[in-house]
Amino acid sequence: MTAPPLAAEPETTAPITPELERAAIKAESRRGFLISLPAFIYLALLFVVPLLLVFVYSFATRDATGLTVLDDWNLESYKRLFTEIVLEIFVRSLLLAVVTTAICLLFSYPFAYYIATRSPGLRNILLIFVMIPFWSNFLVRTYAWRVILGSEGPISQISLALGGEPIRLLFTNTAVLIGLVYGFLPFMVLPLYAALERMDWRLVEAARDLYADGWTSFRKVTLPLSMPGVVAGSILVFIPSLGAYVTPAILGGAKTTLLGDYIVSQFLAARNWPFGSALSFAVMFVMLLATIFYFRAGAKTL
Amino acid sequence: MTKPAVELAGVTKRFGDDVVAVKGVDLTVNDGEFFSLLGPSGCGKTTTLRMIAGFEFPTEGSVRVHGAEMGLKPPNQRPINTVFQSYALFPHMTVAENVAFGLHMKKVEKSDVQRRVSRVLDQVQLSKRADARPSQLSGGMQQRVALARALVNEPEVLLLDEPLGALDLKLRQAMQVELKDLQGRVGITFIYVTHDQQEALTMSDRIGVMNEGSLLQVGRSEEIYERPTSRFVADFIGDINLIDVTMNGSNSARLSSGIEIGVPGGGEQAGNQVTLALRPERLALYDLDEAIPAGHNRVKARVTRRLYYGDVYFYDVDAGIGTEIEVKEENRPGVELYDVGEEAYLVWNPEAANVVLS
Repeated sequence: MTAPPLAAEPETTAPITPELERAAIKAESRRGFLISLPAFIYLALLFVVPLLLVFVYSFATRDATGLTVLDDWNLESYKRLFTEIVLEIFVRSLLLAVVTTAICLLFSYPFAYYIATRSPGLRNILLIFVMIPFWSNFLVRTYAWRVILGSEGPISQISLALGGEPIRLLFTNTAVLIGLVYGFLPFMVLPLYAALERMDWRLVEAARDLYADGWTSFRKVTLPLSMPGVVAGSILVFIPSLGAYVTPAILGGAKTTLLGDYIVSQFLAARNWPFGSALSFAVMFVMLLATIFYFRAGAKTL
Repeated sequence: MTKPAVELAGVTKRFGDDVVAVKGVDLTVNDGEFFSLLGPSGCGKTTTLRMIAGFEFPTEGSVRVHGAEMGLKPPNQRPINTVFQSYALFPHMTVAENVAFGLHMKKVEKSDVQRRVSRVLDQVQLSKRADARPSQLSGGMQQRVALARALVNEPEVLLLDEPLGALDLKLRQAMQVELKDLQGRVGITFIYVTHDQQEALTMSDRIGVMNEGSLLQVGRSEEIYERPTSRFVADFIGDINLIDVTMNGSNSARLSSGIEIGVPGGGEQAGNQVTLALRPERLALYDLDEAIPAGHNRVKARVTRRLYYGDVYFYDVDAGIGTEIEVKEENRPGVELYDVGEEAYLVWNPEAANVVLS
């Protein structure tokens, strides 16, 4: 038995004419579309449609009982974005995301560089080490940090044993930062590794040959050429850090509300869906701007 | 007298425990010389070059540049520049920025950098492409940028690692001439690594032939070609017939077919097995009834193949010694041709052969 052809194509062995060639090219592109259709449908139903819903809700009104009324369209929710409390939460989240990204970059670059310059066998082992944390649940790993950072935890115990004060990190911004850096480090390491692994090391030799010392040849050659990795890694860390919810919820304190937490509370506790929707859109807008800015800056150095 | 540009003394390079890339190389490259390191890939020539540049350090031995011991000096502290096989141009910089890199690193004054960069770009005829990125240039142009980037620094020694390897034949031949002229003009010592024997012969003042990490023979092009001292050198450079013979006396030997021939005297003892190296162009075919020059060797042979190369004819002949012998005859007007199967005398001057170690 032979399988039926994918698409009914006029098979011909006649000499080719421009019309026939065009038809063949069309059939080829149609096949490509058919293959990617499942992903298109999935994204349309589960991403585009909900996004549009959120967008529509952001202009709706909340009635006295906390229900959302889908008429009376207005910009009230967007106006509320510029109140002091929102701006404060926003600045705090932004700062945390920037610091998380910076620390991840600072830690990951030397590590990615180290991996990329090892023998191929050792490289794979080190990459597996980077990925091992993914094998266990993120929530479980974040709860583990509660134990480590708690006042009974090992950090505090060590401090006590050395005759110091007990250290209470849990439920502080520092704890959130530690958790975020821990969680997103691999997202920085992998793109950096990919960029450095592609690196033509003969260029570094050329720089050394042309009287650059080790640091200068890094600054003038290696770093600029690994910029695509720096940009990709930074975006992959910055964006989820800005909207992080789980880590701040588990490790952060009540006094340090962050954007993710605040949006969730608008939808659940405060039952203010229009404002929650407007907040979500505002965060997405900032992420978009940051991404464009970062890509531009990264492209310039190349 | 100026000190030699580069001296290697007992330089050995081991990678790990069992790989010996370079074995005890002693070499002196004179100031202003065009010196080529020639050998097949993996013979250690590139490793030798990298040790001079400072990208690798010898396991043992000494590298001196104009008398100064290089020791563990990194590449940026050596008065040497390299033209890399792959050119290794910085893709994120323009042609001018590439060329200016070394001068910037040496903290040369800005106006001076500009002047020198534009002068060297002029020399390699790339002034118009100063603002282009390397990826926008052809292979030949990239090659010239790489050359300009090294030469602008006026190094004491310029190392070239198969710089023409990626170019097509015509361009390569043109660049060979250009490089040789350039070297004469700037007067910088060139150490040129290549596996192309023709390139080495035409360009070099002297050649060092390497194989399996050892430097086998050093000499002028003519010496290397005409008087190879080892079977490897004879075989590697140009076409050659290697014929095993048994010494019969100080000036004669016996072929495996039993025929006695004259050989150049070299103090070989009777009864010794030696190899005779004979260039195809030193051999000639004569009719069986033709008179041959006095003192020449004469061996009867049968033509097994004739190849037409345009400027020359190549014959394979069977002289009854097991291996076929190659003869190269110039395509002169009125040259006498021999057909496959025809018998003829293989004739050569005994002095044209070389006795090499088997």
